[in-house]
Amino acid sequence: MSIENKSFRPKIVAFCCNWCSYAGADLAGSSRLSYPADVKIIRVPCSCRVNPMFILRAFEKGADGVIMCGCHPGDCHYSTGNYYARRRMTLLFSMLDYIGVENGRTRVEWVSAAEGVKFSDTMNSFVEKIHSLGENVRLGDLRCRN
Amino acid sequence: MQELINRAKELLDNGTVARVLGWKAGDLPYDPEPAYFETAESLKDFVYNGFCGANLSKYMIEASKLEGKTLVCLKPCDTYSFNQLIKEHRVDREKAYIIGVGCKGKLDIEKIRNQGVKGIESIEGAEITDEADMLKIQTIYGERSVAYADAMLERCHVCKGKEHKIFDEQIGESKETKDGERFDEVSRIEKLSPEEKFAFFQKELSKCIRCNACRNVCPACSCRKCVFDSNKFDSSQKANVDSFEEKMFHIIRAFHVAGRCTDCGECSRVCPQGIPLHLFNRKFIKDIDELYGEYQAGDDTDSKAPLTNYTFDDAEPSIVGKRG
Amino acid sequence: MQRIGVFVCHCGSNIAATVDVSKVAEMALMEPGVVHAEDYQYMCSEAGQAKIQDAIHEKKLSGIVVCSCSPRMHEATFRKAAERAGLNPYMVEIANIREHCSWIHKDMEEATKKAVILMRAAVAKVNLNTPLKPGESRVTKRALIIGGGIAGIQTALDIADAGYEVDIVEKTPSIGGRMSQLDKTFPTLDCSACILTPKMVEASAHEKIKIYTYSEVEKVSGFVGDFTVDIRKKARSVDMDKCTGCGVCQEKCPSKKAPSEFNRGLNNRSAIYTPFAQAIPNVPVIDREACIKFKTGKCGICSKVCQAGAIDYEQKDEIITEKYGAIVVATGFDTINLDKYDEYAYSQSKDVITSLELERVMNAAGPTHGHLERLSDGKAPKEMVFIQCVGSRCSDDRGKPYCSKICCMYTAKHAMLIRDKYPDVNVTVFYIDVRTPGKNFDEFYRRAVEQYGVNYIKGQVGKVIPQPDGKLLVQGSDLLDNKQILKEADMVVLATAIEPNPDVRKIATMLTASIDTNNFLTEAHAKLRPVESPTAGIFLSGVCQGPKDIPETVAQAGAAAVKAIGLLAKDKLLTNPCTAHSDELLCNGCSTCENVCPYGAITYEDKEVNDHGIREVRRLAVVNSALCQGCGACTVACPSGAMDLQGFSNRQIIAEVDAICR
Repeated sequence: MSIENKSFRPKIVAFCCNWCSYAGADLAGSSRLSYPADVKIIRVPCSCRVNPMFILRAFEKGADGVIMCGCHPGDCHYSTGNYYARRRMTLLFSMLDYIGVENGRTRVEWVSAAEGVKFSDTMNSFVEKIHSLGENVRLGDLRCRN
Repeated sequence: MQELINRAKELLDNGTVARVLGWKAGDLPYDPEPAYFETAESLKDFVYNGFCGANLSKYMIEASKLEGKTLVCLKPCDTYSFNQLIKEHRVDREKAYIIGVGCKGKLDIEKIRNQGVKGIESIEGAEITDEADMLKIQTIYGERSVAYADAMLERCHVCKGKEHKIFDEQIGESKETKDGERFDEVSRIEKLSPEEKFAFFQKELSKCIRCNACRNVCPACSCRKCVFDSNKFDSSQKANVDSFEEKMFHIIRAFHVAGRCTDCGECSRVCPQGIPLHLFNRKFIKDIDELYGEYQAGDDTDSKAPLTNYTFDDAEPSIVGKRG
Repeated sequence: MQRIGVFVCHCGSNIAATVDVSKVAEMALMEPGVVHAEDYQYMCSEAGQAKIQDAIHEKKLSGIVVCSCSPRMHEATFRKAAERAGLNPYMVEIANIREHCSWIHKDMEEATKKAVILMRAAVAKVNLNTPLKPGESRVTKRALIIGGGIAGIQTALDIADAGYEVDIVEKTPSIGGRMSQLDKTFPTLDCSACILTPKMVEASAHEKIKIYTYSEVEKVSGFVGDFTVDIRKKARSVDMDKCTGCGVCQEKCPSKKAPSEFNRGLNNRSAIYTPFAQAIPNVPVIDREACIKFKTGKCGICSKVCQAGAIDYEQKDEIITEKYGAIVVATGFDTINLDKYDEYAYSQSKDVITSLELERVMNAAGPTHGHLERLSDGKAPKEMVFIQCVGSRCSDDRGKPYCSKICCMYTAKHAMLIRDKYPDVNVTVFYIDVRTPGKNFDEFYRRAVEQYGVNYIKGQVGKVIPQPDGKLLVQGSDLLDNKQILKEADMVVLATAIEPNPDVRKIATMLTASIDTNNFLTEAHAKLRPVESPTAGIFLSGVCQGPKDIPETVAQAGAAAVKAIGLLAKDKLLTNPCTAHSDELLCNGCSTCENVCPYGAITYEDKEVNDHGIREVRRLAVVNSALCQGCGACTVACPSGAMDLQGFSNRQIIAEVDAICR
């Protein structure tokens, strides 16, 4: 990693569903499995609560990466929420890719409440990816930069 | 056209319909506009020619609230929009008397202008009954001729077909105009590098003046109040000051109509800046077709829309990176 | 403008060791709306809660943020504390600075920075919080038990004894379940029927218990306290009120070629049958697939011999719709299909059987009347080999990854019983591990080895080869002696893995109860709420939740009953107020939200609205907040943003996003 990259502290927003992924993040915490502090988690009831507006808003306000985590397909607390979320995010990400936003900046991972290790591994690899992509200039709203 | 007017008169006279929703001539020979006609006499202003691209189905949302039936003229592609609006309970089928009007492709004045035709006084050959392949254009600089096909709207080159999906009666013949594949341009862009894609859309979207013409004309964009005008998302329209707002607007607009957009092409037709907005909608349509099975919004009035549906083994969002 | 108080917890040193808590409190005071901030050793302690309550009173707080552990841990605690101080409990937000911050970061500066941002996001959110009030819903004081095995029977008896109505729905013609197929039970060797039958009788005679046998749950709607269930009572073709259970019809039935489900297909039964002699209800059913009358229209002998006139060929399936407050799933298990384990020659030789089949062979009411004999030629075996872990603890996709738990003990039981009754039969057990945790379990196993001389070999069997003389050649290995073993056996018994009843997936879907990759129903919490499903009002009893033996099943059945009783004892339930809500002026009435709602909570009504002076009747979405569970699927499906979720509103989430990206 170059010196330039080291000084780059990405802003990463993680949407986690209350039932699986948020609990998975809690488990990562209680198991002391570290991941970079750049990741900030927003708790939502279900991955299907994540509106594409939220993701674009994060980018608009200067996020460098947005990740959404939910229950594994088939395990949704609300039984079908993550199926809808999966389609929505697939289409949204495809659109972002289409307009030239590096597709590594968005990710969906299914993390169960028992997968503390997967949660921290996912966050580590996502942050690494964002580091390799560097600052998000294509979707940032320049007014919001500090 | 006369047949259409005669029939409309008849239906007005015998009380079947209370009004006619069609087009009337504008100030210029190439800008007829949607209009209501409530009397047989007023039908003298009625026109239907190659410049009547406007999709009238959206007007039926308001017309459905009026007393009595409205005769509405729908081209084959407009009927998809009408079906979609029925599905979403936005129009009342019982309030509409649909005349499926024939279509031989609709014209794009910009395409004519782009061929160096200026100072247009009149245009011949745009009437629906004309068999001519050429448009004869009288300009202040003399007569010019332009091939009909070369003046057609992009959407007509990738026409969905001559069939009216819903109608009470049909008047006029339709012509096969399809000579291209609608996803070709989308595929071409998909193959570009991220930098090239970004440059392309940056260039196109930087032209956007947020006039909302695309939103106002779109039959799927028929919300009583758009999220970009409400305080629900803290996203009310602001001054057009940064490079992100338009991107956000157009992505979200396309997303909100994904699975509902019939690809009627009105957004691109009305954009005063000539932004190919249909490229957003078609991208979603192409993705939906590829990932969830072919789906044509407005084909029917009861199928489950792709975004309100799912299968257990749908593609994961990571497919976006893998497809290359 | 809100008046917000921020409370930063040290959690001893759990947070304070890596996060500068006083700095977080100090920074909080700079946030809009924050009028009070403090940090304290243990916010969740009584003293900590008192601090929050004092500040609410003194500073007239309208909202609070607690920077502490996960909301999954103490959100409820702080909400209650706020409520006691007169603040609406939903004006509380938690910034998780322990699990999501102090525990995973080492650098104090970095962790403090992140804690500040998490605090800001929570403050931004609480600025937009509104007081919410839970709704109330009624509780139907009746429980439904799906499955009439020992788990279902025990749960039903316990709930009924507490004074509540219970209905049992059992798919087969009789209650009793797997336990009724067993011969003896470990570790005491009681006769299974002797301890089960009295319970079956008790259940059927109980005035509070209604039993629907030969019935299945067809549809479930509603929610905790108020489920509506359609039960399909399959056509029995016998009038339950008229039948006296004399059994003549079964004797006279000319069609006797249907494999007996109860005897695991080892012998046949008549087309009109009761599964076993002690069946409850003791009313036969006609198997319409096997019945000559149904197949050809001729016969009708049963009808002629039935003096009670109970046979009714015209009977049709009946749908019974009933309301329940609680549902207990007790669907039990079956043994796995052995098609993928061809090396054990199960399909090639009648003398290779599963342990459950051996139960039937050993049982006096079984196909051999309790005589241990080879099913191929009826000869008494001299050498018996038991193979353990067939399909259990399997690392590939042929079998199951889990331990079936009961096999070690029942194999010791079988070995012991055989050696006791037939001392001249040699019994060899191939095992990977012998697992005997449980009261008197290891003693039991040791008795089998030490007292009864059962030959235990640590090692796996690679192949069972049927020989021309009818014997079975067992190829195995002895891992302790490190040698290959070739053994001739007369019978081989496979300790076949158990799996949840295949119907459970369908049932779980109807109940919206979650299920794991092995089709076991998931608990609300693996350790702390093991008999509840995450779906409110659904309880788990027996093997549907995980492999277990009879005592464990009965214990869990009792526990599930207590949880169900706890629910039924309430007159009203408070519903989660974080439900969706539609803004009438923005709603398009387009039905998109309705299409994604998993609870059927959204309906449409024609309502008159006054939209800035325009009065008109519009088709509008209406959310039934008693049905809505608050997932939010509708809020994203709604293009106009009319649909929003209380407690997780669009503006609240956007405020959090903004605070994080600031």
